[in-house]
Parts: sequence; C-alpha cells; structure tokens
Amino acid sequence: MSNFVDLFWSSTIDGLTIGSIYALVALGYTLVYGVLRLINFAHSEIFMIGTFASVGTISLFGLSGPASGLTLVLVLFCTAAAGMAASGASAVVLERVAYRRLRTRGSSRLAALISAIGASLFLQEVFALRWSNGELHASGRDYVNSERVLEKTELFSIGDGIVRNDKLLVFVAAILMMIVLDRFVNRTRLGRGIRATAQDSESAVLMGVNINRVVVLTFLIGGAMAGLAGALYVVYFDQTRYIIGFVLGIKAFTAAVLGGIGNLRGALLGGLTIGLVENYGASIWGAEWKDVITFSILVLVLLFRPNGILGEALGRSKA
Amino acid sequence: MSTALSKGRLKGAGSGRPRTPVPSFGGLPTPVRWVVYIALVALAAALPSIPGVADIMSPQNDWASVLVFPIGLYILMALGLNVVVGYAGLLDLGYVAFFAIGAYTGAILGSEYGWGFWEALPVGILLSMIAGLLLGTPTLRLRGDYLAIVTLGFGEIIRVTANNTDWLGGPRGVTNVPRPPAIGDLTFGALSTKPYWYLVLGLIVLVIIIGKRLERSRVGRAWAAIREDEDAAELMGVPTLKFKLASFAIGAGIAGAGGAVYASRTTAILPDNFPFVLSALILAAVVLGGSGNIAGVILGAFLVAWLPERFREFQEFRQLFFGAALVLIMLFRPQGLLPNARRKAELQEGSGGMGTLGAEVGAAATQTVEVDKK
Repeated sequence: MSNFVDLFWSSTIDGLTIGSIYALVALGYTLVYGVLRLINFAHSEIFMIGTFASVGTISLFGLSGPASGLTLVLVLFCTAAAGMAASGASAVVLERVAYRRLRTRGSSRLAALISAIGASLFLQEVFALRWSNGELHASGRDYVNSERVLEKTELFSIGDGIVRNDKLLVFVAAILMMIVLDRFVNRTRLGRGIRATAQDSESAVLMGVNINRVVVLTFLIGGAMAGLAGALYVVYFDQTRYIIGFVLGIKAFTAAVLGGIGNLRGALLGGLTIGLVENYGASIWGAEWKDVITFSILVLVLLFRPNGILGEALGRSKA
Repeated sequence: MSTALSKGRLKGAGSGRPRTPVPSFGGLPTPVRWVVYIALVALAAALPSIPGVADIMSPQNDWASVLVFPIGLYILMALGLNVVVGYAGLLDLGYVAFFAIGAYTGAILGSEYGWGFWEALPVGILLSMIAGLLLGTPTLRLRGDYLAIVTLGFGEIIRVTANNTDWLGGPRGVTNVPRPPAIGDLTFGALSTKPYWYLVLGLIVLVIIIGKRLERSRVGRAWAAIREDEDAAELMGVPTLKFKLASFAIGAGIAGAGGAVYASRTTAILPDNFPFVLSALILAAVVLGGSGNIAGVILGAFLVAWLPERFREFQEFRQLFFGAALVLIMLFRPQGLLPNARRKAELQEGSGGMGTLGAEVGAAATQTVEVDKK
C-alpha cells in the first residue's frame, strides 16, 4: 500500500495520459455500438493502422533529432492528420467490405461479430508482412521504432509526480478533440442523424435520414478518433507493433462499457477511469498485473452496472 | 435465341420436378448406420498405420503426431466449443482458457505431486467445468456480445495469471509432465505417438456420443429455444440461465480434457501455448464447418489444423488466410461448409445468436422487435 501512496501522483499523471488514449479509441466502439449494436472488434486494428501511418509520416520528415518551434508544430499536425486520414479511411473500407452486406441483409449479430474478428486477424497480419530478399514474409513481429518528435521535458510537478510536455500534449489534444466531437454530435445536422439512427433506426429512415450515410459517417468519425489516438500514442511511446491494438482495444472497449456504451461523455469518463485504476493497481500489485486488473474491472462493471456509469444510449439520454 | 430457350427450359424443368425424397443418411436403418459409424471409427484409428497416407497428408512431419496435435485436439476442442456456440448460441472468445486450465491441472498434478495421467484427467475436467461455472454464473446474464468480450478478457486473465504466478512456473511454464502409463503393448512416448491418437480418438467419439444425445434431449431443445429467442424461451418456462450454464460447463469440461491430453503429449507447457489466437482458430473451425453440425465441425477443425501443416510454406500466412476466410464465410456462407439445416435458417433470418444488427433497413427490420433488457 505504501507504494500506492508514494506513487500516487505519478500514477495519476500516467493514468490520465494513457486514459485519454483509451478514451479516444473508446469513442469508436461507442459510436458504432450505439448506431449498429455491433462490437466493432476490428476497431483496435484501425487504431493500429493510425500508429503505423503516424510512424511513416514522421519518418518522411527525416528529422535528425527532436524538432522544435514551427517544425515541431508542422510535424505534429501532419502526423495527426495522417493518422486520422488513414484510420478514418480504413474504417470506412472495413464497413464496406466486412459489415455492409451483413447489415443490409439483416444478418445475425453473431455473424457480424465473427466477421469483425476475421477482419481484425487479417489486418494484424497485413501489418506483420515485410518484403525481404524480394519475397513476402510475415516476419514484422517486432516493435517498429519511430524517431522522437518531441523533446520530452519536465514542465512542472504535482507532489512527486512530474508532468512532461508529451503527457500534457496527449491529454490536452484528446480532451479538445472530444469536446469538438461532442459539439458535432449534439449540435449539427449530421450529428442529429447519428443520434436519430441510434435511437430508432426505422423511424429515422422514415424521417428521411440516409442511413447508409450515417453508418459511413459513424465509422469515419470513430476511425479518425482512433487515428488521432494512434498519432498521440506514437508521439508518447515512439514505437508501434502489428499487435499493439489488441490489448489496448479491449481496454478501450472496457472503457466504453464502463462509461455506458453508446454514450460519448461516458467514453471519456470510462477511459480516464480505466487509465487511473490500472496505474493505481499497478503501483500496488505490480505492473505485470495491469491487464488482469482491467479485465477484472470489465467483469465487475458488467455484473453490477451493465449500463455503465453514465448510462447507455447515444440518442436516448441526450436527444 | 436457342440458348435462351434452352436455358428457360432447363430452369422450368428444375423447378417443376416433383421432389423425390433425397436418400439421407439419417433415414437408413439403425443397424446400417451403426455399421457405418464403426467403420468410420476403425478407419480413423487406422489412419496413422495405413501405408501411403502419411506421405500424402504430412510429408514433412510425423503423421501420427500431427494427427494428435493439432488435428485431433482441434477437433476435440471444436466439438466442445460447438456445444457452446453451435447448440446454445453463446459466443465464447476465451475458450482457450479452459484448455489452459485442463493443461495446467494435468501438468502441475503430474510434475509437482506425482499424479498419474488417468488420475489427473478427471480433476482437470472437473476444474475446467468449475471454472466454466464460476465465469458463467455472473456473465451469462449479459447480452451476447458482452459475453464475447468478457470471455475474451477471461482468456487473457488466465494466460497472464499463469505467466505471473511462480507456483505455476511463470513464463517458463511447467516441465516434466508425466505421460500416460502403457496400456498393454501401447506405450505413450515422444516418438510413439499412435497411442495418443487412440486416446484422442476415444475422447472424440465419447464427445460425439454425448453431443448427439444432448442435442436430441430436452436440454438440446432448450438450447435451440435459447438460441432462437432467449426472451421467448424464458417466457415459455425454460430456465435459460441454468441451460446456458450447462452448455458452458460441458464445453469447458471438453476443453479441459483436451488440455490434460495436450500437457501429457508435449510434457512441457508454457503460458504462450494458450494465446487468444487459439480461441479464434477453434471458433473459426466451428463456424467454417457449420456450427451445430458435428460432421461439419469435424471437417472445419480438420481443415483449420491440417492445411497449415500440409502447406508449411504458407504457414506464416495462416492467420492472414483465416482472417480473410472468416470474413468471406460470414458474408457469403454464414451457415458454414456443412450446415445444420436449422442453424442455416436461423442465421438467415437473423436469430441464432444475438439478434440482428441495429440500423438495418429492409424485411428483417419489420420482423424483429428489440426488447430492451433494462
């Protein structure tokens, strides 16, 4: 327990940082679940694609060391844009290829979930493929390192916890993006379409909502959020890997369920909570138990409050 | 012109032909069917001994040992998962956890406490079933897709726990697991793998008999009712939680048996032997073959296990192919290669699991009424 007290502030800072990445990824699960009632199991791979796009973009700049000033802003902006574009586009393709046919035929959700698992395995393996000696091999199993964009400096400290600029950047960028998304869904015409479909798809169609457009938009937004999360992840950890999305995806899904699936603000709350609890737990029992802690939270949440902290429903609660 | 005509005529002939009853296997007299069953089992038992088969089926590796793992054990696990996914319509993504529990029970009891294989096997089955009940009691009340994620989490918990617990050998796992004692002339050994095949085959036959009997019993009908419409089943007086738990426990026990055999076959196990991908592959086997149909599930598991062994040059792309295959099967043949007629109908109308997707527009949208389970 003394560890918990000693590491309280640094666990809090780390928890909020990683938690905001979970929250961004959780948005994709929540949006798609709210509209389609489908666990987009391949969403974790959409995030992974975002990290790879970011690593690629950073390498294009050919930085010799951490950037500063205008260059830094430019690189960060391009990285985020590339991550969001790549992830958003792949999410739309994923919907078109793996789910559209099932959706239009009113297939079983079991079928859609299995299709999602298949797409997830496929995408993971695609990013493990490497050319070597003119032949294709599935050998890219190691971490792919990225050049460091941001010189990691200490900004200030709270108690014993040190706030670094990269952690602050991740946190602030994630929060800002979520405010933008929240405004979009709650204030714009397209956002109203999403909420209407989530609430009652048949009535939404009768009221003139173009349901295919709403579904594509949902995947696009969710994918773009995961792409931003991927870019922030790369700036924070300087690396990625083909399987990086798997555990992170389950944690993000847990975050979505914890906050109340289908609820955008719930995703933020859930993500930050998971990040904090996981780091507090790690300070007590050791970092190797992190994943067990998260999954145990998932089971407990589903047992005692299956609708999540803030309650379910994208459309219902705040229509 | 003439081609169009002939096309039309053919079509008309096809649809107008009086339906002659297709000679089905189930329609044969019982003794004939039993003879066929026994012949099939005898053929399966002889598989490693027939000369020539090994060269075709497995030119690179010892055929008998490939038959035991992966083929035999995949079939066993797929039959077990079929009880959960195929019969009760519950999606379990952490099935490998029960395989791991069986394997670790057999391994620890054997290497630490000196138990023999035959004493450890029932304990492994029992512990797996208990784990199934412990996981199922709280989680089987959940919606189907939540269940999938919770079971996935459970699979990871088991693996990470095995990895972090010194008592279970940590990342180095458990070694020196005893092999089963010799039965007559049949000695179980690293190179003498045929007895393992007989053992696995025996378990498979046992599981098939249990599965068939269950499917045609009150339990099987209850499972079908739950699969098709859980709320309706509950209203009709089916104690759904009890039957879902039963399917979970039975599936878990079968995986546990497979795990115990696996541990004694390899004599050393690691946490990394039980990754999520194994759960996904077994699920792929069930779905690919045709969930709910025993012959289909066996075929699916055989293909999933055998293809990468046979075509080793493609083995590193195995997951790539399986991922793509899962998507394509769900899109174009969700009922699997050898479908169960009832499951096929269910999957087409959107029941048979967890209800339909939201945001669907079309015929299905007017048929289904979402019951809000709050």
